[in-house]
Amino acid sequence: MSPRAQKWLISGPPLGYLLVFFAIPTFIMVLASFRYVGELGGLAPLVGSGTPDELAGLTLESYQRFFEDTIYLELFLKSFLYATVTTLLCLAVAYPLALMIARSDKRWRELLVLLVILPFWSNFLIRVYAWMIILGPQSGFARAVNGVLGTFGAEPIPLLFSPIAVIIGLVYVHLPFMVLPLYVNLEKHDPALLDAAQDLGAKAWQRFWRVTFPLSLPGVYAGAALVFIPALGIFAIPDILGGTDGILIGNVIKQQFLDARDWPFGSVLSMVLTVLAIGFAGLAAWVARRQRL
Amino acid sequence: MALLEIRDVTRRFGDFVAVDGVSLSIGAGEFFTLLGPSGCGKTTLLRMIAGFDQPDAGSIVIDGKDMVGVPPEDRNVHTVFQSYALFPHMTVEQNVSFPLRMSKVPQTELGPRVREALEDVSLLGMEKRYPNELSGGQRQRVALARALINRPKLLLLDEPLAALDAKLKERMQLELITLQKEVGVTFIYVTHDQEEALALSHRIAVMNKGQVEQLDEPAKIYGFPKNRFVADFIGECNLLDCSVSAVADGTMFLDVEQLGRVTAIGANGTASGTKGALALRPEKVSIARELAPDACANRFNGHVFDYLYTGDVTLYIVEVENGRRVEVMLPNNAVGRSSKFFEPGDAVQIGWREDAGSFLPD
Repeated sequence: MSPRAQKWLISGPPLGYLLVFFAIPTFIMVLASFRYVGELGGLAPLVGSGTPDELAGLTLESYQRFFEDTIYLELFLKSFLYATVTTLLCLAVAYPLALMIARSDKRWRELLVLLVILPFWSNFLIRVYAWMIILGPQSGFARAVNGVLGTFGAEPIPLLFSPIAVIIGLVYVHLPFMVLPLYVNLEKHDPALLDAAQDLGAKAWQRFWRVTFPLSLPGVYAGAALVFIPALGIFAIPDILGGTDGILIGNVIKQQFLDARDWPFGSVLSMVLTVLAIGFAGLAAWVARRQRL
Repeated sequence: MALLEIRDVTRRFGDFVAVDGVSLSIGAGEFFTLLGPSGCGKTTLLRMIAGFDQPDAGSIVIDGKDMVGVPPEDRNVHTVFQSYALFPHMTVEQNVSFPLRMSKVPQTELGPRVREALEDVSLLGMEKRYPNELSGGQRQRVALARALINRPKLLLLDEPLAALDAKLKERMQLELITLQKEVGVTFIYVTHDQEEALALSHRIAVMNKGQVEQLDEPAKIYGFPKNRFVADFIGECNLLDCSVSAVADGTMFLDVEQLGRVTAIGANGTASGTKGALALRPEKVSIARELAPDACANRFNGHVFDYLYTGDVTLYIVEVENGRRVEVMLPNNAVGRSSKFFEPGDAVQIGWREDAGSFLPD
């Protein structure tokens, strides 16, 4: 078999998979964003039957609607903010954890990594519902928090159905996606580099900021992309933990498709989200390359 | 006063004694080598001098100050690591200026000092390169420049040439000698390569099983090994088991097993009956089809058993009449095309002077 044929044999199936399940659906979505809503929801036909007043063909109507009402841009902004906060909090929690695992005895590392991914073994929705109980007004956790606030003379705050609950849920769900790439990166670091830095006069925090952290940036970017992009479009967590004011752009997209049955407008919102996500992934890759990582 | 005093330093790892009561005194400006096989404790000793490890007993005094408990970053001692440990995310310039930035040297001084340091190791023009864009020899130089830029009291080198090929190694050895002379920093060099140690050092401490077997100048270490271990570890050596049969006027008569009676000089108080070995370097043994009768005091007949041709010299293994095999080295200085003087099976005579070997009592 020629090397060329071998190459296609290996890369053909995944390429075919991506074509069928990513490229074609994306193209359908792009097309849908330019179409009219059907009479009973969904999509109007692309080619009309010729009856008067029939809506058929392509239109920019949905895009117009997106730019006319600022609520959608505001929701994008809000989602962007939530995803950013989630990413930063995940980084703050995951970095020490990943560093601890990477520097622990070889015998324990695999077990500790297993513990990090252990939550994946139970259903996502069950885990998020569990937070409903933990954050609910009757829970010991909520009472303890409000008890502490009370001693400072502050009014009790509701934890559930609040931005705090959404952020907690987002951080909780995405944490392993930050820990794993960081761990994979940190575990590869040559300990001799830290010895050299110390030998040349670097104190502990200088060794971290001058050596460990810059070398871990590829892991930071990978983790940030893995957390930020899904967090940007997520709808289940705001649905369950966020209450009526807690919705993010993902919820609106879901509503457009399932409740309002306005597929063209849902497609427009999806398009914007996809473009933003690709933009951020590209930006992360560009920054990483510029720093020669 | 010595720059570095190591006093009765011991380091144990569980039941294993890595360094066993070592005392050394190293002067300023010296090129000192710790030589020994792997596991002899030389690297552990180096790590204790650098501060990465602490002795279980004894003290390490640098420049009159006891270093116990002082972390590596606060010692005026730098290390060149075997793997060089260059920071891969920094350019040559940033790597070399790292120690200066750590000690808060003003920004304006960095440029000129980096230039100077790179000039010392002939790397000018490489400032903007990253370590992965350099050859092995260049990385080595960057590591040296980085470790020397703020002129430490002591520079520790942990097998720094081990990863280089033979030709480059030789060139770097010459450069190291020159560099050490130029900067005047005390070098403590760790290696298992005896040729390297002999070529570079002012003094060598030969280590084995955590202890110093012999501490001397290279020529003394090579020419007058103190015991079997040193004789065997440094260079090629015939170790002929023997016992002293008689001593007279500074001359010893030795009975060598499977060889016969040998005379050797340097009795210094050895009593007859003492068992030991005669250490005889192959290049000090003469070989010929027939040696001139007055050429050497010790002469034996035998035949060539085998040989090892290494280009500049050939090592002949000669089996003497009583069965002992002796290694003899002969430079390949024959004129013309003949590559060696003898073939296996050739009858030869070998011999050496009374002062050629040294007796090592057990």
